[in-house]
Amino acid sequence: MQQIVVIGNGMVGYKFCEKLAGLAKSGTLNIKVFGEEPRPAYDRVHLSAFFENQDAKSLELAPASWYSENGIELITGQYITDINKEVKTIKTKSGQTYSYDQLVLATGSVPFVPPIRGVEKEGVFVYRTIEDLEGMLAYADKINSKKSNGKAAILGGGLLGLEAGKAVLDMGLEPHVVEFAPKLMPRQLDARSSKVLQLTLESIGINIHLSKATNKILGNGCITGMEFGEDDELNVDMLIISAGIRPRDELAKSCGLETGTRGGIVVNNKMQTSDPSIYAIGEVALYNQMIYGLVAPGYDMANVAANQIVGNTEVLMAEEIDMSTKLKLIGVDVASFGTPFMPADKGHSVIFENKTKHLYKRINISHDGKNLLGGILVGDAEDYNILHQMYLNGMAVPEDPAQLILPTSEGGGVLGDITDLPDMAQVCSCESVTKGQICGAIESGEASDLGGVVSCTKAGTGCGGCKPMVKNLTEATLKSLGIEVKDHICEHFEYNRQELYDIIQVKGYQTFDEVIDNHGNGCGCEICKPVVASLMATIHADTANKEYAIQDSNDRFLANIQRNGTYSVVPRVPGGEITPVKLIALGEIAKKYDLYTKITGGVRIDLFGATLKQLPLIWKELIAHGFESGHAYGKSLRTVKTCVGSTWCRYGMDESVSFGIELENRYRGIRAPHKIKGGVSGCIRECAEARGKDFGLIAVEGGWNLYVGGNGGANPRHAELLAEQIDNDTVIRYIDRYLMFYMRTAKPLQRTAAWLESLEGGLDYLKEVVVDDKIGIAEDLEKEMQTLVNKFECEWTQAVNDPEMMKRFNHFVNSEDDDDTLVFVPMREQKMPKQWQKVPLKAASIS
Amino acid sequence: MDLVIDQYQSIKEEDVNVWFKVAPISAFPKDGGACVKYKDKQIAVYNFTRKEKWYACQNLCPHKMEMVLSRGMIGDVSRIAKVACPLHKKTFSLETGENLNGDLPAIATYPVKIEDGFVYLGFSEL
Repeated sequence: MQQIVVIGNGMVGYKFCEKLAGLAKSGTLNIKVFGEEPRPAYDRVHLSAFFENQDAKSLELAPASWYSENGIELITGQYITDINKEVKTIKTKSGQTYSYDQLVLATGSVPFVPPIRGVEKEGVFVYRTIEDLEGMLAYADKINSKKSNGKAAILGGGLLGLEAGKAVLDMGLEPHVVEFAPKLMPRQLDARSSKVLQLTLESIGINIHLSKATNKILGNGCITGMEFGEDDELNVDMLIISAGIRPRDELAKSCGLETGTRGGIVVNNKMQTSDPSIYAIGEVALYNQMIYGLVAPGYDMANVAANQIVGNTEVLMAEEIDMSTKLKLIGVDVASFGTPFMPADKGHSVIFENKTKHLYKRINISHDGKNLLGGILVGDAEDYNILHQMYLNGMAVPEDPAQLILPTSEGGGVLGDITDLPDMAQVCSCESVTKGQICGAIESGEASDLGGVVSCTKAGTGCGGCKPMVKNLTEATLKSLGIEVKDHICEHFEYNRQELYDIIQVKGYQTFDEVIDNHGNGCGCEICKPVVASLMATIHADTANKEYAIQDSNDRFLANIQRNGTYSVVPRVPGGEITPVKLIALGEIAKKYDLYTKITGGVRIDLFGATLKQLPLIWKELIAHGFESGHAYGKSLRTVKTCVGSTWCRYGMDESVSFGIELENRYRGIRAPHKIKGGVSGCIRECAEARGKDFGLIAVEGGWNLYVGGNGGANPRHAELLAEQIDNDTVIRYIDRYLMFYMRTAKPLQRTAAWLESLEGGLDYLKEVVVDDKIGIAEDLEKEMQTLVNKFECEWTQAVNDPEMMKRFNHFVNSEDDDDTLVFVPMREQKMPKQWQKVPLKAASIS
Repeated sequence: MDLVIDQYQSIKEEDVNVWFKVAPISAFPKDGGACVKYKDKQIAVYNFTRKEKWYACQNLCPHKMEMVLSRGMIGDVSRIAKVACPLHKKTFSLETGENLNGDLPAIATYPVKIEDGFVYLGFSEL
């Protein structure tokens, strides 16, 4: 039996094992893989996710059992110290010797630590392994316990450095990214896109210092700062070095394999080193005089080496390696593909930039205008997949290439449908999965949904950048096969929301038990209970107090639960108009209960940090001052934002404040599939940002323009024009119909924006229903809405007047005590919750 | 390391040597939970009316270490009783404490008994 030994169990080492196990006939190979780290291979690309959940297990590529099931012996926590090429053996640090027939070096790289004076000081870290991250977290805790304004620098403004910047932010420290080059991500971005990215990062609190060469790390024993030049210092309590990588080629050097002058093991297109029975793959391999620090080329190398070893000698490494990459960096899309920088003699560039929206797009086109050669996208990389495919497959570029990146007013755009891609097109470059393979998996019946496609093709399991494309392809293919995509609420009901609506209305059910006993199974759950609660509210105009155990957590306590389990209190301030007397009352109450106060984005005043027990006490006082529940908690109308309109504004065309208040009071308290916001602007200057709301009004000559379906949450969307120049009464009639139609037919937790997009016939159909009343339901919709409007009751007034309901707000059922585990820390003269506590790592990493 | 979470260890019915009398049944919402103070511990207790069963577990969600589980919504998945944390909807089996939608450590569960209309929680004290 052939002995295969793999040194290194990172992402590429693991991928090699997987490929080899898949190719080899069982019983022909004996595979051993050595890893230095104490755990099986994990997803280093998504390492920064570890800061969010500290869940090492979720990063694992495969559990330890996978190796034994596939006949592979995994030896973790073991260094290899020697290779003897002559007798084909390796030696471990603990002194054991193993012999091999074929040896694969997947030793990867180490972070490059520049030779700066003082770099050995305590508090200086590198960013590479889970152990490094654990060390940083522990150190950050130490800093946080000593002071509230700790700072950390990150040396290196590359991809990893910026990820580390976000990690530092999450640790509760102030991040400072220090880069030697005059731009961020110098290998991927040009100067202008770097500037756009810099502005975005600074806006979320990551400080950027460019063109800085670090001379010295300051501090006595532990780091206190960095010195760049004379009188140029930055005080920091911690430093994370992310200044590039160095291939780990020391084993190769000591046994006499050929290496590059700046490191890396020289390999040919079979991934063989200068010794034909030794292969090198991943970040240690020097191919075409380059080290490739991306996972996709590493996986390709693993595939080539595995094929070569089993005798498929025709599988070779491609001459040109695609270094395209797309990332969601700290919530900002950054992508670069093909040749991102284009010398003028090779082609020309088309650039679109919008600094106010933090957007930058650049594409490089060949002089003949036929081919896309590469590009850069910052801020919005939605089109990356299709642009990348155009580049890879040499697809035709439209006559005016600017259309590829210019925002289109009509939606859609000129980018082709992904279903038009050739079957050969590689959709997932990490796992080399083509469009044909994805569609084939569904057509052959092997997969019937997205999960199935992912598990049988592995598409999307590498960097994850292609996931949206895989999802679209899967859905399009299912649709083309006439397969219905189910939208049952959950395992307890075989109905969608609209069907349940009809059932409850026709049968007149009043309780959750009646509905589930007659039409469902089991006991319900956190998905279907709030849906039924919302339907009951829409149909019977019940407040959330009626059956409070089926309400979503926030509705159950009539307040929004915040980070430390305390609540925020938001009284209604219709239209954002408030008298000085009421404003003072709010301030006095906030002061009395020591609440953090903030003006919200929706023109209301939010009081944070109320404990469960304080909620009814605070509300009693608010109600006494004439306030009512602001429904900041429910899936209901939140606010109607207004500008000052003709009340005060010299441009105002109409009374936006009066009308905003009227609308807010009309729809207050109604429960919907998702929260709803409105906006009313007194003129086209749009100071109320009405087109960013679920319904929005703009005063124009001759009445109001009514816009619907804006907001969209995570995917922002502008509201679209439903009707023009209509009067107040017509506005109300149309909004009644529109909202009621949405409340009846949307899916659970579907915003109006997504609902409108999924509505068959789109805006035109909505106009037919709402404006033209083509299907003859307008009157019913208006009546239903009027019933809800008439039945409005402030649920906080209900609660504080009922001693039975007040019991809900005790922290303990058997004691009047407060929760003594709550800790607040100071924040700009107010207070905030302490940092999240860390999940005990041991508990989280042991299964 | 002295962590709040270490205070909470599952207790099996056979190991109970202290039955703590909490409150009458009427103090608990139907098909909902409430929090019980026992010495320096916070225990979430659920009156799962639909299943005609009572459950108890630590009030601490092991995801972000906040005392909130008693305020979570209860339900079932494949007939297993569960609670969803109100902060991020992490769900835990009320039978075994196991995290059902992630890799969090299991939460501690405690025996509950009802006698003469009162709710009792079982602890094991040295």
